[in-house]
Amino acid sequence: MSPFDVARQIHSPLSVQDLTVAYRGAPVLDGIHMTIAPGQMTAIIGPNGAGKSTLLKTCLGLVSARSGLVRFWGDPLPRQRARIAYVPQRASVDWEFPARALDVVMMGLYRDLGLLGRVKAQHLDRAQACLARVGMEDYATRQIGQLSGGQQQRVFLARALAQEADLYLLDEPLAGVDAATEAAIIAVLQGLRDAGKTVVAVHHDLSTVEAYFDRVFLLNRHAMAEGPVATTFTRATLARTYGGTLPGH
Amino acid sequence: MGADFVMLSLAPLLIGICAALACALPGNFLILRRQALLGDAISHVVLPGIVLGFLLTGSASTWPMLLGAAGASVLAVALIEALRRAGVENGVAMGVVFTTLFAAGVLLLEQTDTSSVHLDVEHALYGNLESLIWIDATGWGSLLDWQALQGLPPELPRMVGALLVLTVLTWVFWRPLALSSFDEGFARALGLPVAAIGLGVSLSAALAAVAAFDAVGAIIPIAMFICPPATARLITDRLGAQIAWSLVFALASAVSGFVLATYLPLWLGHDSAVSAAGMIATVSGLLLGAAALLTPFRRNMA
Amino acid sequence: MLDALTLQLGYNATLVALGATALGLAAGTVGAFLTLRKRALVSDAISHATLPGLALAFLVMVSLGGDGRFLPGLMLGSALSAAAGLWVMGWLTRRTRLTEDTAIGAILSVFFGAGIVLLTVIQTLSTGQQAGLEDFLLGATAGMLRSEALTIAAGGALVLAATLALRRPLLIAAFDPGYARVTGIDTDRLDRALMLLVLAVTVTGLKIVGLILIVALLIIPSAAARFWSESAARVVAISGGIGALSGYVGAALSATAPDLPTGPLIVLTASALFTLSLFAAPARGLLWRRA
Repeated sequence: MSPFDVARQIHSPLSVQDLTVAYRGAPVLDGIHMTIAPGQMTAIIGPNGAGKSTLLKTCLGLVSARSGLVRFWGDPLPRQRARIAYVPQRASVDWEFPARALDVVMMGLYRDLGLLGRVKAQHLDRAQACLARVGMEDYATRQIGQLSGGQQQRVFLARALAQEADLYLLDEPLAGVDAATEAAIIAVLQGLRDAGKTVVAVHHDLSTVEAYFDRVFLLNRHAMAEGPVATTFTRATLARTYGGTLPGH
Repeated sequence: MGADFVMLSLAPLLIGICAALACALPGNFLILRRQALLGDAISHVVLPGIVLGFLLTGSASTWPMLLGAAGASVLAVALIEALRRAGVENGVAMGVVFTTLFAAGVLLLEQTDTSSVHLDVEHALYGNLESLIWIDATGWGSLLDWQALQGLPPELPRMVGALLVLTVLTWVFWRPLALSSFDEGFARALGLPVAAIGLGVSLSAALAAVAAFDAVGAIIPIAMFICPPATARLITDRLGAQIAWSLVFALASAVSGFVLATYLPLWLGHDSAVSAAGMIATVSGLLLGAAALLTPFRRNMA
Repeated sequence: MLDALTLQLGYNATLVALGATALGLAAGTVGAFLTLRKRALVSDAISHATLPGLALAFLVMVSLGGDGRFLPGLMLGSALSAAAGLWVMGWLTRRTRLTEDTAIGAILSVFFGAGIVLLTVIQTLSTGQQAGLEDFLLGATAGMLRSEALTIAAGGALVLAATLALRRPLLIAAFDPGYARVTGIDTDRLDRALMLLVLAVTVTGLKIVGLILIVALLIIPSAAARFWSESAARVVAISGGIGALSGYVGAALSATAPDLPTGPLIVLTASALFTLSLFAAPARGLLWRRA
């Protein structure tokens, strides 16, 4: 690695080198290199089964890699965990769980509260403010399963906001949500970007990439292309990533 | 409610209450984590552990048997996990492990001369709560009499101790427990040791089952792991409230079950009581049925 | 012991072994469909829910002046209370937010607790014939009547025949319920039919295996069979075979030592076959897998 690469890696909120992940012997991700630019909104796009979610999960240590290196601001994950917020895909929780919207957002404060720290008014205010930022302040006492899909997604985003992180990793935050929620979520994410935070989202709707994101990372088991939307999100790179069968673009 | 009550009913009642509370507490997390039947499995596995503890030490004293029971429940948890990793479905893995170990326990028991200890299969299943009387008590005053207090059945302090340990554990680990039960992926991304938390929940259930076993048998733990938390689950949407209500229902089941078993046959003109453990389980089920009938039908769309 | 395995123990022991074999064959076959449908532990609720009916049937028969231990009467009572348990369980999962495993646990503990209360009621009655109902907890073949063994063998054969008649829709529904509905199979009715078959096996097996361990005879053979083949039809057949072998060997062993309860012997035989399959079965056994 050249000194220049080292500097870039330390500067980058999330960098991945030669990452390979296999499931039952078959590679899901193969030799991925990725360097996320700070203070930008990056979309990870690629066809179904390209390994987009797996890439995020591997970075966060939720899936173990066969080989490769993941660095956050040049450090391994445990050193920088407090600066990272993650919004998982919606489907993975029990919607009947006895938790209200506000309780879910309070979970984002775990790193501040610890095991036995007292919940003070400032914590509750912070959680309420996060709900307000996603337009959900009126639903604080609703049980999580009683909300619509879009509202649930906004609550999960509010939980990530409560972490007051510097890097936000989101797995398909716009999948299956209504237009109002989509606009609200994008406004919040762009607000984060404007405040100097870094946002990385797995995204599947090619028609909105140019409107929403600054950079793209195209993935199909291998890293296919990476760069600013204007120069990288082209017919040629898309054709290479999607193998010629371009869905409605 | 005089001297007779203190001598014959106070200790079994208190033991029944503590056992019910100690099992309801981890039961809340078992049902939220879709592990409801793990409590059932563990309660069955306690039997072979007790028999093995007795065989290995040749002693009928309590501690070797409790250690054997604890060892057997840890072994069961480990075996279930190992079978799951070998590709066996969760429910099947539990079914295979607990029936095998229980069958082995029964066979060991029948092959062993256990006449020196009151150990038989019926005792293992529904205990003998009624026999845990406080022989030294002469009335309420005995509660202040150190000499008389020494004569309390040793099951009582053990059960109180287990309840205290479980209460403190739940209180200290409240946030990680809630977090990882709700959204395991998020908990792992926060860096919480979710596998250890899951194991901790299983071991807490084992602690409750083992402590309750020699006093009240298996049926009270199996019912209390599930019925009071399930009843509470139907009437509240908040985790803290659910746990508080589950303790209320556990207490109500223990008290009214014990009273019904002890006094109802007398009122009906029979001269002997019926099984208190069975009655406590029955009452907890009636409470669950009532809650299911009375709470408005509601199921989330997601 | 060799005498036992080769049925040199006389007419009665042979009959018992025959009954246990038929029971194991039926339980292994039904159990395979149950585990393929991912509802193995429903059988645990069904079996524990037999106890109140068993005790009530005893009380009714005694109060009518009959023999409280008349097996078909006890089987009928157990079947009715297990059916009630099954119905309440379905009602709980349909009406409330409780998941199926919670409902299973609630039914098994509460029905069993109520059954224990009734057993202690029976113990206090002075009928002179109270001894023996506890045998149904763990199973006992010592002193089994010829007619009882034949009843059990016939029950097993009936269940087996009904299961085989339904095997095609059961397999389709177990693999892909959505597809089964599209092809016109009423999966709700089929599920109810499967539960009735499980109930029938349970009631049939009460006398031999006992209500606490009958669940093992439904689950363990099919779990073992899964390691031998990737084909569902073969898994069902192998499961039936393992169940039959377990029933036969367990009953024969128990005939050599009349003090030992039959249920645990049958279950441990099945467990031994399971362990063997887990490691050595050619299709999915651990020893044959790549590390």
